[in-house]
This record gives sequence, C-alpha cells and structure tokens, in this order.
Amino acid sequence: MTVIEVSNLQKRYGDTAAVRDVSFTVERGEIFGILGPNGAGKTTTVECVAGLRTPDAGTITVLDRPPRDHELRRLVGVQLQEGQLPEKTTVREALELFSAFYPEPADWRALARELGLGDKLGTRFAKLSGGQKQRLSIALALIGDPRIAILDELTTGLDPHARRDTWDLIEGIRARGVTVLLVTHFMEEAERLCDRIAVIDSGRVVALGTPAALIAEIAAEQRLRFRPSEPIEDALLLALPEVTEVRRHGPRIEVVGKGELLHTVIALLAGRGIIAADLRVEQADLDEAYIRLTNREPLAEER
Amino acid sequence: MGLFAKITRNELRLFLREPLVAFFSLAFPTILVVILGSIPEFREPSEALGGVTVISLYVGIALALGLAMLGLQFMPTVLASYRERGVLRRVAVTPVRPVTLLGAQLAATLVMALVSGILVLAVGKIAFDVNLPGQPVGFLIAYLLCGAGVFAVGLLVAALAPSGKAGNAIGTLLFFPSMFFAGLWTPREVLPAVLQRIGDFTPLGAGERALHDAAVGQWPALLPLAVLLAYVVVFGAAAARLFRWE
Repeated sequence: MTVIEVSNLQKRYGDTAAVRDVSFTVERGEIFGILGPNGAGKTTTVECVAGLRTPDAGTITVLDRPPRDHELRRLVGVQLQEGQLPEKTTVREALELFSAFYPEPADWRALARELGLGDKLGTRFAKLSGGQKQRLSIALALIGDPRIAILDELTTGLDPHARRDTWDLIEGIRARGVTVLLVTHFMEEAERLCDRIAVIDSGRVVALGTPAALIAEIAAEQRLRFRPSEPIEDALLLALPEVTEVRRHGPRIEVVGKGELLHTVIALLAGRGIIAADLRVEQADLDEAYIRLTNREPLAEER
Repeated sequence: MGLFAKITRNELRLFLREPLVAFFSLAFPTILVVILGSIPEFREPSEALGGVTVISLYVGIALALGLAMLGLQFMPTVLASYRERGVLRRVAVTPVRPVTLLGAQLAATLVMALVSGILVLAVGKIAFDVNLPGQPVGFLIAYLLCGAGVFAVGLLVAALAPSGKAGNAIGTLLFFPSMFFAGLWTPREVLPAVLQRIGDFTPLGAGERALHDAAVGQWPALLPLAVLLAYVVVFGAAAARLFRWE
C-alpha cells in the first residue's frame, strides 16, 4: 500500500530551483531514504511532504490526503533539521507538553526510556548534548504515535557511536509498524537502514531502488590506472564501448568503464605495441558510487 | 487543564526562568513605587498636580512601566527567538497551530502584567496609603486597553524582527520614548502642554492618562481610549498581516 506519493515535484526560491523534478512513492512499513549532497533539494522535498511548503508544481499525497491537510499533523511525526526548543525547557516539560498536543499520544515516559532519555528528564534543552537533542527530537516526532515518521538529517553532527545507536532506534521505529521517510547525506546510513533509496542531485532523482541494486549497478564499474609506454589519444580509448571516461594524471592514465574493461583496453594497447606499466585495477566502492551518482566531491566528513 | 492553559503555563514557567525578566516585570515597578514613596514630599498633596500626591501618580506610571517592559521588550524577544530557533516551525508540524503558541505567549504576558500590577496597587495602598482606583471598572478597562495597545505594538516588533536580539533592541528603542510620554521621568501632568498633546497619541501616554482619570474616580476620557483602540486595530492588523512564521 502506498502511503506517500510524490510526482513531478518542483519548487523554486526566487531564481534558484531547489527541486526541479522529483517523483517517488513510499510503501507502508518501509524505511525510504532520500540521499544526496547538501543543497540537492532533499530538505525542500520533505518539507513539501510535511506540509510546511507549497510546491510550485507537481502533486503530493500523504495517506491519500493533500500534504497541508490538518488531519495529517496527527498522523505524521516530523523531526526537522532545525527544529529547536526553548533553551530553558526541560526534557520532561517538552515531552509532557507535546504529548498534550495529540489526541492519542504514546506514553512519553516509555518513549523517553526507550530513547535513553530516562535519566535526563530534568535537564534543560540547552544543556543536552547533540545526541541527546537528536533523541529528544525523535521522541517528539513519535510522541503522537504517528503512522509515518519523517526524519531529516537525523545523524548529522553525531559521533560515530551515537550515529550507530540512532540507527538501532530507527530500526526499532520500523519494528513498531511506522513508515519512515529518512533524509540523509550518508551513503553508509542509507545502505544500512533503508529498504529503498532515491538519490537526489540538483533537484532531480538520479537513481531509485534498493541499496543492493544501486550498489550492484555502480560496483560493476571498474577503473584501470597505468602509465603507457608511448602516448595514446583519449579518443582511441573512448571509442571502446566498455570505456565511459578517461582522465589524465601527468604521465598516468585512468580509464573508467564496465564489463570486460581490462581485456579490451589491454588488447587495444597491445595492438599498437604500447605497454601498460604500473597497471592497477580497482572496483568502485560506496563512496565512489555516491560521487558517480551525484557528480560531486564528497564533504570531508563523509570520508 | 485545557491545552491552551497548559501551553500558557509552560510559557509562564519559561518567563520565570529568566531572572532579569522576572525581576524587571514583576518586582521592579513595585520597587520604583517603594523608592519614590519613601520621599516624604511625594506623599504630600501637590498643588501643581491638582491636589493629588506624586506617589499616587507614580502608581499609575508603574503599572504602565510593567506593561511596557513586558509588551515592548520581553514578549517580542521571546516570539522573535521562537521564530529564529525554529520553535514555531516545530509546532507547525503538530496538530497545534503556531498561532495558538503565540496566543499562549500573549496570555502568559498578560498574567505577568496583572501580577505585577496587583503588587503595585497593593504596596501603594498598604505602604503609602494611595487610594485604590476610584472608578474600578473604568480603571480595569483602561488597563486592559493600554495592555492591548502595547502588546499590539510589541507583536508588530515580533513580526518584523529577524532574531530575538533584534526584537529586544527594537523593543528597547521604543521603550524609552514610550515611557517618557507615560511620565516615568517627569509625570505627564507637569509636562509642557505640547508634549502632553504628543503624549496623548502614544500608547503609554494615552494609557497613563486613562489610568489617571479612573484612579481619581472619573470615567477615562474618550480620546485616550480611542487612541488605544486605534493602536490595537492598526498595529494588531499590521502584525497579523506581516507576521512571518519562519
């Protein structure tokens, strides 16, 4: 059963097109990831789904309703990237107050325990660590006992340990039967958690599928690095159907491609009496896959 | 307890956790009355003031002071920081509408102002024998209308200020001239006529005049009440139109 359907979404801010063409569907009970670099349009997309922004074009339905339908505020829990609380509110006060917002709230005490905030109830928001603030934010997204949880950049700024704890939490949320729409710019996070991923870049969906399928597609890609004994033109290499890209690094050549790449390139070189010295063969890894999909350098923190 | 009452209680709690806000809004107007009331001449009827004591005037001014600090400085700061910190957005994705939070903040501000005002009247009566308002209904109407006018101006500040700090700065900038016309430094009644006339068209000048009328037992004059009502309508409508939720 489809719970979220986004088709041909577009959203501009002044002259900047934040979202150019985004379509995807989310099925009930799955963890659906929206992956992409900063500025790709991920947050704008989920803000439209959450009813915070009005799309310029395209349609969105959430649980068969338009995203601004007030009824959805009860059925959809949202954790915002920059949703803060007043500094001097305590964890208990925030949980108590937000549970009063909903007609049939979850038990906030149990939720606090589950999220490891049981001994922080008296602590003020400003005194919480980054990880604790994130967990409180997740708790507030779940406090109305929602059918869908939208979680935006959940683990950004967390240390690796806290990040792994948060991943366990998300899997726990799914186990309760909640559909999760997760925004992230970590490939590893998407691979670990998501049933399906839409990779967004420059406001468009550039790939959509299960993590395994996306990786398989990319991992088929290989790269050769070698130093030719005699000069060779790029055009000759690019003429081979297996080759997708040729890069030069001083005297060295890097050839990217698929299939029987090694054999065809060596055959071409051999036919011209060229020897490939210092030959290295590499398979693309996850980071590679991500860069290939989004055509951007990863941020330092993603390495 | 209803939801609105719960949110209001939460806002009140947050007010009281700011020591400066709690001190200046709740205690400071009363302290002003105590300090001025300790000066013997201020407790004598003054001919220049038409036979009333200086301290009785300052009771009304202290009420206006409480409203001005809360409505022009503290409330806009809180609301602008709620926008800046994404609290309004956070609430927008729950079944509660952000305007409910705004209403609760106004209600909490009014409760703070009422507590501060009752304290001023009680201390004025008990310590310095300042008569309670001779026209209590008129006094309450003048007080609430003055509060509404000041809060409407404060809401427009909150609507336009990009951050909590900016909200506080704009509010403070408005606070000093407003309180001048309310007579904080020199009672309005002894200001030159032209300044009195200007003051009649400021929210706190009009408010103080209406409060003074009711304190001495008359119905407040129509002009100050009309001025206050105009502030509520004009600034309230502008704030409602211009308020940015994010």
